[in-house]
Amino acid sequence: MEPIIKVFFNFIPALADLPNWLAVTLIGVVLAVGTFLYIAVFTLFGVWLERKISAHMQDRLGPMEVGGWHGWAQTIADTIKLLIKEDIVPEKSDRFLYKFAPYVVFTAVMAAFAVIPWSKKFIPANLNVGLLYIISISSLGVIGILMGGWASNNKWSLYGAMRSAAQMVSYEIPVSLSLISVILITGTLDMQEIVYRQSGTLFSWNIFHYFPFAFLAFIIYFIASLAEANRTPFDLPEAESELVAGFHTEYSGMRWAFFMLSEYANMFVVSAISAVVFFGGWQAPFGFLNFIPGPIWFLGKALILVFVQMWIRWTLPRLRVDQLMYTAWKVLTPFSFALVLFIAFWKVL
Amino acid sequence: MNKSNLPPSRFELEVPNKLKTEEMTLSMGPQHPSTHGVLQIILKTDGEIIDSADPRIGYLHRCFEKHAENVTWHQVIPYTDRLDYIASMNNNLGYVIGLERMMKLEVNERAEHLRVIVAELNRIASHLIALGTYGLDIGAFTPFLYTFRDRERILDLFEEICGARLLYNYIWVGGVAYDALPGWRDKVLQFCDYFLPKIKEYNDLLTFNKIFIDRTANVGVIPAELAINYGMSGPGLRGSGVPYDLRKIDPYSIYDRFEFDICTGRGEMGTVGDCWDRYWVRVAEMYESVKIIRQACEAMPDGDAKETVPRNIKVPAGEYYMHTESPRGELGYYIISDGGKTANRIKVRSPAYSNLSILSSIAPGVMIADLVAIIGSLDIVLGEIDR
Repeated sequence: MEPIIKVFFNFIPALADLPNWLAVTLIGVVLAVGTFLYIAVFTLFGVWLERKISAHMQDRLGPMEVGGWHGWAQTIADTIKLLIKEDIVPEKSDRFLYKFAPYVVFTAVMAAFAVIPWSKKFIPANLNVGLLYIISISSLGVIGILMGGWASNNKWSLYGAMRSAAQMVSYEIPVSLSLISVILITGTLDMQEIVYRQSGTLFSWNIFHYFPFAFLAFIIYFIASLAEANRTPFDLPEAESELVAGFHTEYSGMRWAFFMLSEYANMFVVSAISAVVFFGGWQAPFGFLNFIPGPIWFLGKALILVFVQMWIRWTLPRLRVDQLMYTAWKVLTPFSFALVLFIAFWKVL
Repeated sequence: MNKSNLPPSRFELEVPNKLKTEEMTLSMGPQHPSTHGVLQIILKTDGEIIDSADPRIGYLHRCFEKHAENVTWHQVIPYTDRLDYIASMNNNLGYVIGLERMMKLEVNERAEHLRVIVAELNRIASHLIALGTYGLDIGAFTPFLYTFRDRERILDLFEEICGARLLYNYIWVGGVAYDALPGWRDKVLQFCDYFLPKIKEYNDLLTFNKIFIDRTANVGVIPAELAINYGMSGPGLRGSGVPYDLRKIDPYSIYDRFEFDICTGRGEMGTVGDCWDRYWVRVAEMYESVKIIRQACEAMPDGDAKETVPRNIKVPAGEYYMHTESPRGELGYYIISDGGKTANRIKVRSPAYSNLSILSSIAPGVMIADLVAIIGSLDIVLGEIDR
């Protein structure tokens, strides 16, 4: 039985008396709602953080009014604004696909949360192929983006969607290959197991294994994951100076907000994967720090990587479409192939 | 990038199954984030690659030339502010010097120096906008706010000298509207000291960034001959390696007294005349402007700079073409007077108009992202194009 279900049963013994299917469904619903709430709160926080970070990088203050302390409630106010905004559907759009697309994108991202281990006990679904599951489920998002871009009946949206499809499909390969290097190191696809294999000190984290190969794998993963999450310098699908707003040009109100939610959730997911597979997940860097609970370590590691993503966004210009493809196919992919080979050889020797 | 490096167009390949393919017509603008105003460009694209680009102007037409025929000579000056609204001082200067030459009017030394200082400060402010928005076009947001931070200081100086921050109406026939307050000169010199290290900051952040160079070098190459044929001027022409700067070639005001260089593109990062060169010419010109400002501040005599002629002037009958070097290039005023209180005709030769006209000849074969880079590097101001 799943460990998470056991935790629930220990917590609320009445659940165990229910029929098994009902109990499991209930737990699933609770977890899904919890994940959604987490994504919503993280996005609120993430957008606020990004505004503050960009503001301080650019010699301004950012939001300062709403809520008092450094405008902490600004994004909450924005959310309320988005909720009460008119939901415009372009007249000649494909109405069903148009309305459906944001949820496809969001579902694909949210599904990835299922196998992210937060602590020793808390992992929503402890699949034995967790990493493979994440790689496959997160590539579904591109379908939603294509749907949205196509259904909008807007040429700029179509451009954004096409760019996005090309980009995400291409960058999946370096992402997968760099994760394969980790699979070679740990010998398992189980997310929780990957974390356990890195227990000990800082230096038993995967990133320091087979130095410098695993470290290079992390760099490649990080660059490619920026492209997966559509972040600068790879934010071509929504390149505002070229494509107005890319695939979500026509979206407004809450449907637009769902694209935003998925973008920020995606930022968190790719950072969480890095934290789990390269930085020891919820494990403390040194034994004497074990008194700090696992989720804090995990969140801290992931949020540092989220910060680095924002940092890069507000520093670098954007690549052109052909340069983007060049980077994926002629730089990242061959290098990650080479890394897989090197690590495999090292392991055999 | 030239067309030969690109894969063959879909139309040149055989299309399987007799699928119907056609070029996509795309209306870029008038509401588009990076057309620098209300410019519409009708694009014909083959995927990401542009087959033709056709700029459509006129969305910001405000009848400058007709207005100028119906108001007195002095009342035209505020209208010139609104031509190239981010370099108003330079617009004032060209028109006023034209009138003064028609009237054979001498301007006192202090006013001449003040004019040069404000014109060069305005050139820096204008180039700062060009730099910042160019970064924005390429996708780098932060340099934009850095350049605006420093432009703010120039606007503060202008506010102190004439009360306005954008449309100055400062340079009047026979002098300037207000004399500089005591201490203003020191503030200008302080600004020069503050500003030079900031240029290095932009260079570190944007100019020599690998991605920025990849996006702009070898993109939108304008050979010198083509640039001359299209009547380009200003940084656009100098970027193609032609040392054409009216401040040197046909000095007006007191520019012949100062020492500065004409900056030209040398193709340091790619080909001569690419987007990076045009961008770099602007960066280099800011150094030169600082040089001129420093010399002018040192040489500025005391005295009264206020204009000495009455408001209702009469310009002797005749015609005159006055061209000055505005931040965008050769700004020309062709003034016809019949001796009355109003102009018979004022025609403006707009540098941005000529610079933009080259777009349709260099756009075919580039990508949409490159087109944005090219428009940004031409640094157009629609207020001046449409007038």
